[in-house]
Amino acid sequence: MTSAAPVAVQPVPRGGLGKLVGRRLVDWLPAAVVLVGGIAAWQGLVVALHVQQFLLPKPSSIATTFWNNRSELWHAGWFTFQEALGGFAIGSSLAILVALVLARWRPLSAALLPYAIAANAIPIIAFAPIANQWFAGGLTKSSKIFIAAVLCFFPVLVNTLRGLTSVRPQDLELMHSYAAGQVAIFRRVRIPTALPFIFSGLKVATVLAMIGAVVGEYFGGTQEQLGVLILDRTRIFQFPDAWAGIALACLLGIALYVAVSIAEWLALRWSPSTSA
Amino acid sequence: MSVVRIEGVSKRFGNVTALEDIDVSIAEGEFVSLIGPSGCGKSTLLRIIGDLIQPTDGNVVVNGKPARKARIDRDYGIVFQDPVLYDWRTVAKNVALPLEMARWSRQKRAARVREMLELVELTGFEDHRPWQLSGGMQQRVSIARALSFDPALLLMDEPFGALDEMTRERLNMEVLRIWEQSGSTIVFVTHSIAEAVFLSTRVVVMSARPGRITSVIPIDLPQPRTASTREEPRFFELVTQVREALHLGSDLDRTAPAPETQEATA
Ligand SMILES: Nc1ncnc2c1ncn2[C@@H]1O[C@H](COP(=O)(O)OP(=O)(O)OP(=O)(O)O)[C@@H](O)[C@H]1O
Ligand SMILES: [Mg+2]
Repeated sequence: MTSAAPVAVQPVPRGGLGKLVGRRLVDWLPAAVVLVGGIAAWQGLVVALHVQQFLLPKPSSIATTFWNNRSELWHAGWFTFQEALGGFAIGSSLAILVALVLARWRPLSAALLPYAIAANAIPIIAFAPIANQWFAGGLTKSSKIFIAAVLCFFPVLVNTLRGLTSVRPQDLELMHSYAAGQVAIFRRVRIPTALPFIFSGLKVATVLAMIGAVVGEYFGGTQEQLGVLILDRTRIFQFPDAWAGIALACLLGIALYVAVSIAEWLALRWSPSTSA
Repeated sequence: MSVVRIEGVSKRFGNVTALEDIDVSIAEGEFVSLIGPSGCGKSTLLRIIGDLIQPTDGNVVVNGKPARKARIDRDYGIVFQDPVLYDWRTVAKNVALPLEMARWSRQKRAARVREMLELVELTGFEDHRPWQLSGGMQQRVSIARALSFDPALLLMDEPFGALDEMTRERLNMEVLRIWEQSGSTIVFVTHSIAEAVFLSTRVVVMSARPGRITSVIPIDLPQPRTASTREEPRFFELVTQVREALHLGSDLDRTAPAPETQEATA
């Protein structure tokens, strides 16, 4: 009798990453059209309205500068990217660890969570100049890593904690019927439930990590840093150079975001919303 | 020795009395069905036996020890009213969950999972995710999971509610076969009078608001039950007896507020 049933059921999705990208390419077509159209309109308007270069350079001159200065830009970008990545890794992993501890001992969470939420709402970037003073006057990577890490910490903490505590009661009940201990419950129920929440926190954190690193550099750093490069070129009126630096900061931020999104897709392939 | 002994159990949720003064004793090897209107506390009673919620009053002893101790010793398997499957696990891994918790070896787990999926006719669906299955298929995964570790006490909450009649009758026979072979004790919730009579050694009839036991009907049909059991005159007599007991429960319910309505019309 049930031999007929399999017909009605979809096969297990086994599409690789290639298939995902393939499908997404079509999805991204409208967005790509908007991007190309936007850049073309920018170019057209700057030329047609004779906009001064210090206000807004042409995309074509930004691109040319980008290409001509590629080795210097790449050097600075890589330096800053390392700061952002370091801050992201340290801040996020600490946040996940703290969330696990807080979820395990609820009274602790009740005492500390309001402050975490409050800290999440304050503009931590305002502390950047102070942080630079704490770490060798801001000449090393560590002050920027620190700022990026603090920026990443709170959104990841709040999201992870929400994920760990939003387990369905019946899922816990099943584990209780097996007399499962806390470790088994975390490993088999709470963490899998929390994964989608953790990844949305991590995606927010990627953006904040780049902001933390670049803005931290605005308040002091060495020549090889992207933020310092952008600031210096603006001061000496080399606007296309500054814009090329900004473009690189954007690209690096997007790269980090995309990397986390791919990790998310790989980790959440079981979820109906990922496979659909 | 009784496997389950329930003494004076009551359960209140806020001001809702889900169960009131429940007394039952279930002996080893019995197959007891709970039947009663929706909301009369059948699921609640099963949860109390499984120590998943605590009674407000009264006492539950399972296998001669407090319900809590029995749960920690993994003395029972439970099939919930909803399948309760984990989306992050495949069908096979969902069935293997209790075996993992009991630290079975990987090979033993794989062999048992194959056997259980065959039993519920889900071979070929090992690598599917629960959300890719129909409701009835999910329920069968949940049955396979509960049976996988041969618990001596099985608590089943409407396990066949989402199934078609054919599958239901086949799984009825399977449950009876497992019950006879393993000598396990089964507490079974159902809304089907015929199913309760066919399977059970005793049917416990409950009434709603507050949840109470109104009658206990021993089923004296010969063992083992076969397809022809459903055609015996005694089967029909017992079905009628359970149906009348159920109506009696709901009539009591209905006659209670009657004087008030008469006053209102007068
Ligand atoms: N967690 C809970 N919180 C509050 N009330 C509850 C809870 N669980 C059950 N109840 C109440 O207890 C009563 C009995 O519920 P229960 O689920 O045991 O009924 P049931 O007999 O299993 O019904 P059905 O046949 O519809 O499954 C209901 O009135 C319900 O509202
Ligand atoms: Mg119920």
